Amino acid sequence: MAQISRRTLIKGAGALATAAMIGKPALAADKIKIGFILLGPIGDYGWTWAHNKGREAIDAALGDKVETIYTENVAEDASAVGAIRDLCNAGCKLVFTTSYGYMDQTIQVAGEFPDVKFEHCTGFKRADNVATYNSKFHEGRAVLGTIAGKMSKSGTLGYLGSYKVPEVVLGVNAFALAAQKQNPAATVKLVLIDSWFDPPKEAAATETLVNLGCDIVTTHTDSPGPLQILEQKGLFGFGQGADMSQFAPTAHLTAIEDIWGPYYVARAQAIVDGKWASSDTWDGFKEGTVVIAPYNASVPADVVALADGVQAGYKAGTYNIFTGPIYDQAGTLKVKEGEVMADADLAAIDWFVKGVESTS
Amino acid sequence: MSLDAIITFAITYGIPAIITIVGLTTPILLAGLGELVAEKSGVLNLGVEGMMLVGAISGFGVTVITGSPWLGILGAAAGGGLASMLFAVLVLQLNSNQVATGLALTIFGTGLSSLLGLSFTGRIIAPFLSAFPASVAKDPVLKLLFGYSPIVYFALIMVPVVYWFLKYTRAGLILRAVGENDHSAHSIGYSVVAVRYAAIAFGGAMAGIGGAYFSMVITPMWAEKMTAGRGWIALALVVFAGWRTGRLLAGAYFFGFLMWLELFAKANGFGTSLPFLQSIPSQFWAAMPYLMTVIALSFISSRGTAGSNAPACLGKPFLPST
Repeated sequence: MAQISRRTLIKGAGALATAAMIGKPALAADKIKIGFILLGPIGDYGWTWAHNKGREAIDAALGDKVETIYTENVAEDASAVGAIRDLCNAGCKLVFTTSYGYMDQTIQVAGEFPDVKFEHCTGFKRADNVATYNSKFHEGRAVLGTIAGKMSKSGTLGYLGSYKVPEVVLGVNAFALAAQKQNPAATVKLVLIDSWFDPPKEAAATETLVNLGCDIVTTHTDSPGPLQILEQKGLFGFGQGADMSQFAPTAHLTAIEDIWGPYYVARAQAIVDGKWASSDTWDGFKEGTVVIAPYNASVPADVVALADGVQAGYKAGTYNIFTGPIYDQAGTLKVKEGEVMADADLAAIDWFVKGVESTS
Repeated sequence: MSLDAIITFAITYGIPAIITIVGLTTPILLAGLGELVAEKSGVLNLGVEGMMLVGAISGFGVTVITGSPWLGILGAAAGGGLASMLFAVLVLQLNSNQVATGLALTIFGTGLSSLLGLSFTGRIIAPFLSAFPASVAKDPVLKLLFGYSPIVYFALIMVPVVYWFLKYTRAGLILRAVGENDHSAHSIGYSVVAVRYAAIAFGGAMAGIGGAYFSMVITPMWAEKMTAGRGWIALALVVFAGWRTGRLLAGAYFFGFLMWLELFAKANGFGTSLPFLQSIPSQFWAAMPYLMTVIALSFISSRGTAGSNAPACLGKPFLPST
């Protein structure tokens, strides 16, 4: 057996490096680069996993014209500026920043690179080269709330969330309102854990909610950890961002799936065609951005019918969970009978509806 | 409140709460014990988080491959121990800066665990739960004593073992001597480097098992960065405990209690019956573990060395003048 000496290792490394240097420019010259800033690891089976699926959809649809690169585990702080800048310096013509906490950083870097286009997910600040896009996750939450309100025996539901940002507040409210349509006495206990991904804390928070009487817990954080706790306890929950049934075959009633692919492909195509323009997109069931995963076999037929009814209503434009009367936690009437909350009001919501129990 | 009502309340809320607290405490207790021994030998290893992650994926991976959680635990200990050896070679053989090398170990361990975990993402195993019969482990009262994973009992047994080892055994005395004054220990014929290798390996193995508690017990799956910063809490815990084993146990459970309290307060567990506690913002509870560490540190430093048991050679490279 030949011995590997230090010298042969160095030679090998040098050869590899040279090969890499020769190989790269040829590729980059042909294809348009598109970059992604990702919040968690792509293996989180939730939020980031879904965005990565969207990225793969671009590769599949436009792989001959564009090349995608990504940076994962980017913190929502000042370090994101460097991460976004790196993608621009790497030659990206379009950069997707896929979490709310990258908003100001995206705007800042967009000012430095006027020729690069940016797509910021779930934010509200735009510029000539910064578009925003979001998904009406709360439409999916209305389906989950309908199922939970109908199936819960205790009438006490748990909601495990991350931060008090409009997306989460909308999710909590849609879930609570939909549950109360099925069971007017239903209450929602809310825990916000100040993180999007912290499996041990998510697990402990789920246990605490269960200990306080919740028999269905829905999660608005990104790991399948809570579902595994519910599986062990023989209770029920829902997947977040992706179908998580493999982690909890019994407890997983269904899931909200985030389908970013069609939007990402359309925006990448716009870059290829030179027709990209800043815009604000907020799609839901109707556009196929929000999709409900297959129901667990344990969901009764009448509950499936109710849940499908909500989905069909959204697709037809006949159902909106944010239709008055809606009261806040203190019991003040916020939305009058028959009135429907406007998208602009929803996007800035910062109050919880009646029946949501929280101190955070 | 009648006695019956109190008992019912304790069984309904108290026992489940304690079980949650034990789950929050066990990983930081294990990692903290390992780090305590390493630091008593004079080595500051800031790579706990990285070693926990390597342990988490090793334990999970071995369990998936062999089907045996017991082998999984051994794998976790081996994984954490091997990761720590990388650190040991750098700081003991090449005398690199311990703080920088420890941080590098955390970064390396995070990346290595992600790489090793690629083929295990999305898989699950049965949680490594109680070794006792289900009739005992699931009883609403008896589960307080018998409802835990074997790792929990192992962690609790290791507390007196480490205490006894450091205080009453010859090997423990040598280890402490190396940590207090490496040159003196060297001059009377002890191998400082060998002792520190062993202490670092123990620290790595314990951190590995602590990490495996996440991937094999709490949430039996692999997810990148799943320890979510618990290694740093374990490091703070050693300082909080003033390098004393008994205080480490108390500190770990105190930290676990505070972590639970944050979640309990947020879930409105105090309800309206305790309006005073309900009115405290949950951010206050979330900050408590860190606040308490600062208070403990101030307390220790104000009393000089009396309250602390910090080894004198902590963090200093050993450079014998031959």
